[in-house]
This record gives sequence, structure tokens and C-alpha cells, in this order.
Amino acid sequence: MNIVDCIIIGGGPAGMEAANRLTDQGFQVLLFEKEPELGGKLRQWDKLFPDFTLAQDILKMLNDNIASNKLEIKTGNTIRELRQSTDEGNSKEWEVIDGNGESHRARTVLITTGFDFFDATRKEEYGYGIYPNVITSVELEEQLKNGKIEIASNSKNDPNIAFIQCVGSRDEKVGNHYCSRNCCICAVKQAIEVKELLPQSEVTCYYMDLRMFGQSYEELYRKAQQEFRVNFIRGRVSEISPTLENRVILKAEDTLLSRPIRATVDLVVLMVGMEPSETTAQLSKSLNMSDPYGYIASKNSYTADNETQHKGLFVAGTAKRQLAIPDVIRDADAAAFTIAKHLKNGK
Amino acid sequence: MINFGYTLNKSGAINLVEADLSLYNDLMKKVPSFARCIGCGGCAATCAARQHTDFSVLKCNMLIRRGEYDTLSKELNKCMLCGKCSLVCPRNVNTRAMIIQARLLVNSFSKR
Repeated sequence: MNIVDCIIIGGGPAGMEAANRLTDQGFQVLLFEKEPELGGKLRQWDKLFPDFTLAQDILKMLNDNIASNKLEIKTGNTIRELRQSTDEGNSKEWEVIDGNGESHRARTVLITTGFDFFDATRKEEYGYGIYPNVITSVELEEQLKNGKIEIASNSKNDPNIAFIQCVGSRDEKVGNHYCSRNCCICAVKQAIEVKELLPQSEVTCYYMDLRMFGQSYEELYRKAQQEFRVNFIRGRVSEISPTLENRVILKAEDTLLSRPIRATVDLVVLMVGMEPSETTAQLSKSLNMSDPYGYIASKNSYTADNETQHKGLFVAGTAKRQLAIPDVIRDADAAAFTIAKHLKNGK
Repeated sequence: MINFGYTLNKSGAINLVEADLSLYNDLMKKVPSFARCIGCGGCAATCAARQHTDFSVLKCNMLIRRGEYDTLSKELNKCMLCGKCSLVCPRNVNTRAMIIQARLLVNSFSKR
């Protein structure tokens, strides 16, 4: 049986980048993707923060590299099992059972199974799935991609649009203590895009904290305030209820004025956070390397962040924690470097 | 009207839809940097008037943003226009100009 150098599980940006970097160096790679196409969540996105780069441009670069490299790709294939090879004397090898029950062997395995969006129906008080005016940031992105924002209410006035931060993040009620890191800046980006499409709309963003940690994030926030007049209100929305005109009322506390605040709006965008994907959670559990939320814990987040506690098993991207596209690509590069080092030393 | 011996309290909530934001919008045109406030409260912390009264630049700022003009005129008059708030603002909001322009606008607003 052919033993490849590396099996990569997950064909999103992390998996694609790592596959390219490993084949560049002459290693034999087998890449698994559960969807019919490579690209992961990047395929759902229109423009990327903070500079409105087209997601499809990044995808094209990754895909062009894939096309010019010689590697085996199995799309539409969800792996069933990942385990250390049981053969005598061959315990350094890994075995992957794919969706068709076929066995594949590799010297190393890289897990790039990524994240999923928080299921907004779990925050019932926001009425997602109940009121047509309440959508998620993922759905808004799709509308922005099509260049048209759908307003469900029949109000004839200029639309009022509200963004709600931290839906499924920093919330012990849903078991996610962590910050998803990407939603703050994504809301700022989407608010600007909404203002560009509907200049007469009133756009308000309700936040607990605005975490503009990345390069050019704070500048974009400043631009949203100064040039696009996006209104930022510090206060967590407690509940959303419908009106007779098919609009919805938000209730929040204006914590900077210590007063309750009410607003009737035509569209609410829930900034859904990140959670480990189903496969990430399964793998982290079955191989006993889960963090408290089901993400895969790396061996040492300072010095061995692409390694796991299992020899020959590596991890990159949002299967570990919440990262943005540039971080994911850099992390995949680092993983490819670490795997190459491992393969060379092993020979 | 029949006197039942009790009255209803006016709602203390800010209603963003019914809010009259005309003064806010006028002020935005006069002092564009006003849009950049992030509510950090640096202005209030350094304020000389704040040491002896309950005056707060941040509070004035927020009241204008929410269209709450009832108590604004009285609040704005507590400012001594020293301008220390403008010196400390991390977003470089021209807070002193904001107060001066808001005073003028509030006066013309109450005359309407």
C-alpha cells in the first residue's frame, strides 16, 4: 500500500495553503474535503476586512497554486476515522478511513477541519428563524455578494438597520466564554457596505466591547463613524419583539448614559460567532486532545502551536481557535514547515 | 379628567425612533470630529468643572447623540471652556468647539 507523506483533512484556506507549501517542497500530499469544492467558508464571503479584498481573489490564488501542484484531492469525502496505524512496528504511521470505507496511510496527518458559525436559533430572545427581519452576518454577506439587501418590513421610510455583536461569543449562557475575534471588525465592514448600498439608511451597532486589535481595524472603525455615520451604542440587546408593521423592536441598556434604550428597526443582523466544526469536535474528542470547547489543543501555543500531543499529527487554522484569513494562511505555512522538518528527520 | 389619586411615570427609556436628532445632525455639520467619539470618558476625567459639579462632557455628548435635549442647556452652561478635554481626547474630537456650538444650537432650538 502506498504511504503518502501527509494527509490533510479539510480543504479550506488552511488545508489548501499547507497542501501547496508541502507539494512545493516535493512531498506527496493527499487532501480530503467534505464539500464538492475546495475553499471552505471563504466561498461564502464577498469581501474581507479590513481592506475589502475580494474573497474570490484569495481563493483564486490558492486554487491556482493547487492547479500547478501535483497533489491528490478527494472532494465530497468526509473521513470516518483517523487513527494511529495498528501494524506491528509501524506505529509511527497514521491511517485514515475515508467516506467510502477505504483506508489511506500517511507518515503525517494535518488537521485543518476549521470552524462552524454559531447557530443563532440558540439565542431565542433574538428571534432568529421567527422574524424574517432577523438575519445572521453570514446571510447578510450573501446579500452583499448579490449587491442587494432584502428588507422584510413594508416600511416606506429609509430603513433602520441594527447590528448585534457577540451572538454566541463571550456568552456563558451558550457555553462559549471566548471572544470570536472576527465579528467586531466584520460588523464594521458590513455596516460600511450597507451604508454604501443604502446611503439613506440608519445603521446602528450594539456592542459590549469593540475589539479592534488587528492592523487597520481601528482605522476602519473610525472611518465607519466619521465618513459613514454608523452609530455605535454600548449595550447588549436583551430581546427583540415584533411590531404590527412587520418591523422589530430592540431593547437594550445604553450603558454610557445609564438609561434603557428602545429602537424600532427594519433589519437586524446577528454577528454570529465561531464554534469548532463538527469534524473538528469529533477529532479532538476521539483523539483526546480537545480544549474546553471542542477545538483541538496544540502541544504548546507558544512554541509548538502546529503540533499535537500525538507524534506525526499536526493542526492548523481555525480547528485550533478563532482566526482571520491572514492568520490562517500564515499558520498553514508554519504547519507545512513543521511537517517538512518532521518528515526529513524521520527518514 | 378624573383624579384617581395617582399618576403614571413617564418612561425613562430613550426611544431612538421618536428621537428628534436635528440638533445632533446640525452639530455634526459644525463639528465633524464629534462623530468619532468612542465614549471613553477621558474628557470627563480631566474636566475642571466635573471636580465640583456633576457636569460631564461625555454625558452632554451622549444626550445630544440620543436626541435628549431637555436638560442639555443647563448642563452645557456648567462648562468653563478651558479646553482641557480637547487636549486629552484620544480620537481628537474638538470637544470645546462641540460645547460652544451645542450652546448656540440649543438656544436657537428652544426658540423654535
